[in-house]
Amino acid sequence: MKSLFHKAIALSLFSILVSTTSLSHAKKSTVLVQSTTSTANSGFYDYLLPHFEQQSGITVNVVAVGTGQAIRNARNCDADVLLVHAKSAEDAFVADGFGDTRFELMYNDFVIIGPSSDPASIRGINNVQLALQKIADVSALFASRGDDSGTHKKEVSLWRQTKVDIDQAGRSWYRSTGSGMGATINTAIGLGAYTITDRATWISFKNKSDYEIVLEGDPELFNQYGVILVSANKCPSVSSEAGQQFIDWLLSDHAQSLIGQFSIDGQQLFYPNAD
Amino acid sequence: MQESALVLAFTLISTGNPDLFEIIGLSLRVSIVSVFFSLLLGLSLGASLAVSRFRGRQVLTILINSMMSLPPVVVGLLVYLALSRSGPLGWLGLLYTPTAMIIAQTLLITPLVAALSRQVIEDLFVEYKEQFQSLRLTQSQQINALLWDSRYSLLTVALAGLGRSLSEVGAVIIVGGNIDHLTRVMTTAIALETSKGDLPLALALGLILLTMALMINALLATINFSAKRQAYA
Amino acid sequence: MLSASCQTQLELVNIAFHVNGKALLTDVNLSITESGVTAIMGFNGAGKSVLLKIMHSILKPESGSVLWGQQPCNAHHLQSQAMVFQKPVLLKRSTKANIDFVLKQRDVKHFELRDQLLERVGLTAKMRQAARALSGGEQQRLALARALACEPKVLFLDEATASLDPASTAIIERIVTEQAQAGTKIIMVTHDAAQAARLSQQVVFMDAGSVAEQSHSHNFFTNPTSEAAKAYLDGQIFIPT
Repeated sequence: MKSLFHKAIALSLFSILVSTTSLSHAKKSTVLVQSTTSTANSGFYDYLLPHFEQQSGITVNVVAVGTGQAIRNARNCDADVLLVHAKSAEDAFVADGFGDTRFELMYNDFVIIGPSSDPASIRGINNVQLALQKIADVSALFASRGDDSGTHKKEVSLWRQTKVDIDQAGRSWYRSTGSGMGATINTAIGLGAYTITDRATWISFKNKSDYEIVLEGDPELFNQYGVILVSANKCPSVSSEAGQQFIDWLLSDHAQSLIGQFSIDGQQLFYPNAD
Repeated sequence: MQESALVLAFTLISTGNPDLFEIIGLSLRVSIVSVFFSLLLGLSLGASLAVSRFRGRQVLTILINSMMSLPPVVVGLLVYLALSRSGPLGWLGLLYTPTAMIIAQTLLITPLVAALSRQVIEDLFVEYKEQFQSLRLTQSQQINALLWDSRYSLLTVALAGLGRSLSEVGAVIIVGGNIDHLTRVMTTAIALETSKGDLPLALALGLILLTMALMINALLATINFSAKRQAYA
Repeated sequence: MLSASCQTQLELVNIAFHVNGKALLTDVNLSITESGVTAIMGFNGAGKSVLLKIMHSILKPESGSVLWGQQPCNAHHLQSQAMVFQKPVLLKRSTKANIDFVLKQRDVKHFELRDQLLERVGLTAKMRQAARALSGGEQQRLALARALACEPKVLFLDEATASLDPASTAIIERIVTEQAQAGTKIIMVTHDAAQAARLSQQVVFMDAGSVAEQSHSHNFFTNPTSEAAKAYLDGQIFIPT
C-alpha cells in the first residue's frame, strides 16, 4: 500500500531535517580547506593545524583529494580555502573570479623514484628530460598519476619537452593509473615501474619496498604550493573571516617557521617561502 | 605482513586507541542509521509491491532490482552534486557531514532491501492470499501480518543491508570527504592508509572491521536461534 | 438492518467461470435458502471448490451474481462469513495468537471468546505452543476455531477433514453439527459420502461445471435422480463420455 511507503518517506525526511537544524545550532567557527593528497598524506596538516586551532579556536577541516577535484570542489563553492600546487590552474581560478588573491606558501620538489635495479640506468643523470628520454628508449615501465593533479600536470609538461609521444606509449610502457599519489606509488612498486612523486609524499610513504630516489635536483622539478581564499562574490556561503584569518596565520612568521621545522626521519618536507 | 597486521590490530584495540574507537563509532553510527532508514523505506516499498496489483508494478520491480547494482561511487557523485553549495540542496549545508554519508548509504541500501523483501514477502503471500481474502483483511493488515511472519528472512535482508553499508567506501568518501575527526570511517581510513603505503595498518583496520561484522552477525544469530526454537515448527 | 434469515438465503444466478479458456462453471443457477448443513459433492474437476469460493466471494465469477436475501453481496454479508480450507494456513505465531489476530481485527477487546473456542476444539493445553508445531489435525481444529472467532452466520468448509485423523475429524464434525443447530448456515464440499450422509440435510451434486441435482440428503442417498449422481454413488470415478 502506497500510503505506508509515503509515511516512511515523510518520517525519513523529517529526521533529516531535525538532524540538520541541530547541527547548525551546534556549529562553532570552522574553515573548510580543499587540498591535495600529496600534502595531507605526509602528515603536514596533522602537525600544523593543532597550532592554529589552539590559538584561534577555529576548527580547520581538510578534504584531501586530487588537485583537479580540489579545484572543482572550490569552484562549486564547497570550500573556504584552496591549498594546492598547480600554479597555472590556480591562476585561472583567480582570473575567473573564484579567488581573491593567490599567495605563495611553501615549496619542495619532485623526484623520480625507481627500483634499486634501475633498469633504465637513470642514476647519476642530472637532467630530467634526458632521464625520461632514456626510460622511453629502453621502454622501461613508467607509472603516471593520469588524474590532472599538480603532479600529473608537471609530469606531462616534462614529457612535452622530450620527443616522446606518451599517448602512443600508453599502449606499451606508460601506465596511467588515474589515481592519487599513494595509490600510484603502490602501483609503480607493484609493476616495477618508475614514477614522479613529490618529495613529501615519498619521505612519509611507508611501503617503499626496495625503491629509491633515482633522480633529483633538476630545477625543472621545483614544486610551489599556493593558498587562495575563495571569493565571497562567487560564493556567498564562504566563511571569509575565518578563512582569511587562517591564511594570514599560514603566511605569518610563526607558521612559516613551524612549516620549516616539519620533518620525517630528519628530512625536511616543505620549505616556507611566503613573502 | 599478516602477522604484523594481526599484532597491530590487537594492540590498537587493547590500548583503547582513541582515534580507532572514534572511527569505529562513526562507522557504526552511519551504518546503523542508514540501515534503519533503508528498512523503513525498503520494507514498506517491498511489501507494497508484493501485495498490490497496479499497472506498472512489473516495471517498478525491474527498476528496483536493477538499482541493486548501483555503483556506490555513482551514488556518491550524485549526492555530492545535490548537496554541493552550488547544487539544488546546498542551502542545507549537509556536505561533508555524517548526515550526507547516511543519505548516500540509505539511497544505496534501500533498493537492496526493497528488492529482497519483495521476493520474500511475495513468496509468502502466495500461501496466505486466499486465507487473507477469506478473513477480509485490509491491505495494510495483510502487509503487517506478512512482515511479521517473514521476520526471520527479513532479518537476513537487514543483515545484507548492514553488510553493504559497513563495507561501502565509494560513496561516503565523496560526500563525507574523509575529514579527520569528522567524517572518517573504517573503510575510508583503510583507503587512506593504503594510499599512504601503510599496508600493515590498513590490513589491521580491515581485520577489525571484519571482526565487528562477525560480532554483529553472531549476536543476531543467537537472538534468531533462541527465538526460533520458541516460535517455529 | 438485515434479518438473520436474509443473511443466509443464498442465491446464485447464471454463474460462469473460466480459467485459461477452460470453462470450470457454466450457467450455474442455485438456491440454498434453508438453514442447516448443505453438502456439495461431485467428481474431481466438477467445479465444487470454485463454486464454494465464489459463494464466499473470494473468487469473482466471469458473469452472473451472488445474492444474499435477494440483495447483492455487501460488506455486512462479507463480514459474517468464514471459511475453513483443506490445508490450514496459520500465522507463524502461537496458537492463541492466531485467534487473537482475528479478534483484534474485529475490534473485540475481551478474550473470553478465544478461550471458549480453544476449549471447544480441545486445544486449551496447547494455546501457547507455536501454531505451526501442531499436528495436522490440531492445525485444522485451530483453523476452525479461528473461523468461528469471526462469529459467522455462514460457514464454508472446503474438504476440511479430507486428510485428517479420525479423532480430529470427529471433533470437527461435532462442532459443525452444533453450529448448524445453533443457526449457522453450513455449506461444505466433501468427498466423503458417509460424512455427507451423517451431517447434511441437503445435497447439491455438481457435474462438469453445472448443478446436476439438488435434493434433501435422505432422498439423494436413497434415490438419486441424475445419471452422474447414480454413477458417483455406485462408486465409479469416471463417467464414460
